[in-house]
Amino acid sequence: MIAFAELLERLVFTPSRNAKIALLRRYFETQPDPDRGIGLAAITGELSFATAKPSLIRDLAHARTDPVLFAWSYDYVGDLAETVALMWPSASNDAGPPSLPEVNSALQTAAKSDLPAIVAGWLDASEPPVRLALLKLITGGLRVGASARLAKIALSEMTGGRIGPDEIEEVWHGLEPPYERLFAWIESRGPKPDPADAPVFRPLMLAHPLEPADLEGLDATAFRAEWKWDGIRVQLVSTRGGRRLYSRGADDISSAFPEIVAAMNFEAVLDGELLVMRDGAVAPFADLQQRLNRKAVSPRMMRDFPAAVRLYDILFDRSEDMRPLPFDARRARLEAWYARVQPARMDLSEMIAFHSLPELAERRANARAAAIEGLILKRADSPYVPGRPKGLWWKWKRDPLTIDAVMMYAQRGHGKRSSYYSDYTFGLWNGDELVPVAKAYSGFTDQELIWLDRWVRNHTVARFGPVREVEKSLVLEIAFDAAQRSTRHKSGVAVRFPRVARIRRDKPAAEADRLEDLLRWVGDERAA
Amino acid sequence: MLRPETWLKPFPYGLFCEPGGFFIDPTRPVDRAIITHAHSDHARPGHRAVLASPATLALMRARLGEDRAGGSQQPLPWGEAITIGGVRVWLEPAGHVLGSAQVVMEYAGCRVVVSGDYKRCPDPTCEAFALTACDLFVTEATFALPVFCHPKPEHETERLLASLALFPERTHVVGCYVLGKCQRLIALLRAAGWDKPIYMHGALFPLCRVYEAHSIALGELRPATVAARDALQGAIVLAPPGAIQDRWARRLVDPVVALASGWMRVRQRAKSRGVELPLVISDHADWGELNRTVDETGAPEVWVTHGREEALIHACAQRGLRGRALRLVGYGDEDDEGVSVEEVGAQAETSDQAP
Ligand SMILES: [Zn+2]
Repeated sequence: MIAFAELLERLVFTPSRNAKIALLRRYFETQPDPDRGIGLAAITGELSFATAKPSLIRDLAHARTDPVLFAWSYDYVGDLAETVALMWPSASNDAGPPSLPEVNSALQTAAKSDLPAIVAGWLDASEPPVRLALLKLITGGLRVGASARLAKIALSEMTGGRIGPDEIEEVWHGLEPPYERLFAWIESRGPKPDPADAPVFRPLMLAHPLEPADLEGLDATAFRAEWKWDGIRVQLVSTRGGRRLYSRGADDISSAFPEIVAAMNFEAVLDGELLVMRDGAVAPFADLQQRLNRKAVSPRMMRDFPAAVRLYDILFDRSEDMRPLPFDARRARLEAWYARVQPARMDLSEMIAFHSLPELAERRANARAAAIEGLILKRADSPYVPGRPKGLWWKWKRDPLTIDAVMMYAQRGHGKRSSYYSDYTFGLWNGDELVPVAKAYSGFTDQELIWLDRWVRNHTVARFGPVREVEKSLVLEIAFDAAQRSTRHKSGVAVRFPRVARIRRDKPAAEADRLEDLLRWVGDERAA
Repeated sequence: MLRPETWLKPFPYGLFCEPGGFFIDPTRPVDRAIITHAHSDHARPGHRAVLASPATLALMRARLGEDRAGGSQQPLPWGEAITIGGVRVWLEPAGHVLGSAQVVMEYAGCRVVVSGDYKRCPDPTCEAFALTACDLFVTEATFALPVFCHPKPEHETERLLASLALFPERTHVVGCYVLGKCQRLIALLRAAGWDKPIYMHGALFPLCRVYEAHSIALGELRPATVAARDALQGAIVLAPPGAIQDRWARRLVDPVVALASGWMRVRQRAKSRGVELPLVISDHADWGELNRTVDETGAPEVWVTHGREEALIHACAQRGLRGRALRLVGYGDEDDEGVSVEEVGAQAETSDQAP
């Protein structure tokens, strides 16, 4: 537990992505099994035990500390678990702190009524950093400041690149804590874990944004075109071992879309866009948002916001891996498969016939449906490659003046919004750090504001007067009218009329746009 | 016994001993001052006559200049008593920084100890705190909240060295206050086996030289300014706390920014300073030490000069001790302020040499 607490402590303060990876890597390299596997599960959010309520911590504190001193201390520190971790009477038990597996198994099995005594015993045996990690863990408030993806990259680096993060991703959902088979494979002590029939996630193939400069060199005849729909990219995995609906970030979102899962009575892995559709027409993204991030979904929600999937690609037909095939061949297989299986709640993405790029540009400009974001160009001969390989797939957005930025800070609003965190500062990646580029306080609905406010409160990592610094994990699409060079801003660029276009809960922060992406729009003005 | 409040009077700008006619650590120029230690909030320039430990006077001259350190300067060695206006006065070590003293006064059958800033944790760069029984103990309360429980300083330097091992290509810039923290950190690193040169911001050199003149070995110290950036890869660079976030530090190679301060115990404080590696090293007593010291002096009455006085007085009251908040103005913790005026001056002088 000491090493895990130290890791968390450093991750919280480390801004750079590479440094976080190095910290994770050292942790995995130096800790024994099964400790590191439980640590990995805690970082990737795969631990499952009933979490304790903050009142448990408060009650423990009241039993051990002076109430006046506790109140002053809490007021000063600003975080309940941290206050208790720091002011808990110092280690009175020389047994040493519990190990992470010990904590995990106790939390899995302990009766609720025994929990306070167990936790108090652990706190007695620990120093403040371990106490804090324990308290955050048992209340489910563990914010590690590192994504599951970073952990997988760290594991990949342990192999010196022999095993890529995407390869780890592919076996991940077939594994369980403490991941001993995974570590054995990483350390060349065992074979690659065989997910067999487990419905594992396969990393998605992503498209590069198309720049005017790229357009010139493009050979129209080598490419196929499809509409880019304004939903969320998903992967449907249906095997003999189970059915899963994954977001592009490998989150399992099956439980939020039971009607899609029910429709997956086939054996295949498919790539598509999750949309709300009524009578074959795609509803605005806001409708889909009603359905996202829900643990359970009511029949009424399913009726009012019916979900569907527009299929783009086929990755597996039964156990046959289609990914090495060229796009044209996969498309033919997808069409044949669709005709044969005729799955409910799914349709095929339309292929757009065109002869030249100018013709395509015109179709793009004239696209009427609001749910069309632009075009995707795919090389006819492109295999399905995980990640964002350059030159194979391009996304050609209709409205270029948007960026996907990461929320960094939030502040209370004014007037009727003064009780909500409604003013946000957003950043883009520069190297592996985020640089603030814009502040926005409009563009969202009242419902979205309530959601954003709650998100800010639950993901605060620090407070400075009225400003909260939040965990850097929420991506928002920011629309703006123009970008200009600025010496007053640290980023070197100022954006005009930035507003929140939508909340991108599906997008991992690491995939938000980079500062270069914004700098490209400098001078490119649009009417407001 | 004459009650101490009849002859020892707190003014907003310092504690005044009426029969002796002197102030202790006054924050504005006075006729006669006894100075507990050379931190700038306690040792102000411009007093006519100054009495202090020899090391404190040497540090004051180095910081303030020969003439501003006091019109007349009287060094008083440890434990040597003198009588001023009927008050018997001597100095005992406070363990805070080199030369830091507690002022012991006896008058009319009453003994008062004014601790100044102090700590109980061993520090190789200064004389250890000497416990003196008394009727009234006047204490600081900088870290007087139960959340402040300083870890062993060796544990913190170990964390710094572990970070250097993990990131051997990154320069580790450690913010540390120019007087006391800097030299203690160097001594701790030397004790932990770091025998490579330690690089420093120009503002840190003058006081290190005073420490060395008092036989405190600091090993090889090099200016971070002259050395090539490459030589600083994997090196430890010390700088005043105010310099770690400015351009000076950003010009280093992918720096790990650390800060050595008792405030680093609280995450929010570390975050707000933009610190990547918070090191909890303090030259002040923590909550446990403050309460233990109060108890060990045997004093039934405690006056608190500055800090979180309400918490300490509350805790003392629960043990049946009388507490009084003096609310003296102008004292702080040396780490707590972003940059002191002195530091700004020193930085301005040296910034052109930055790497
Ligand atoms: Zn001091």
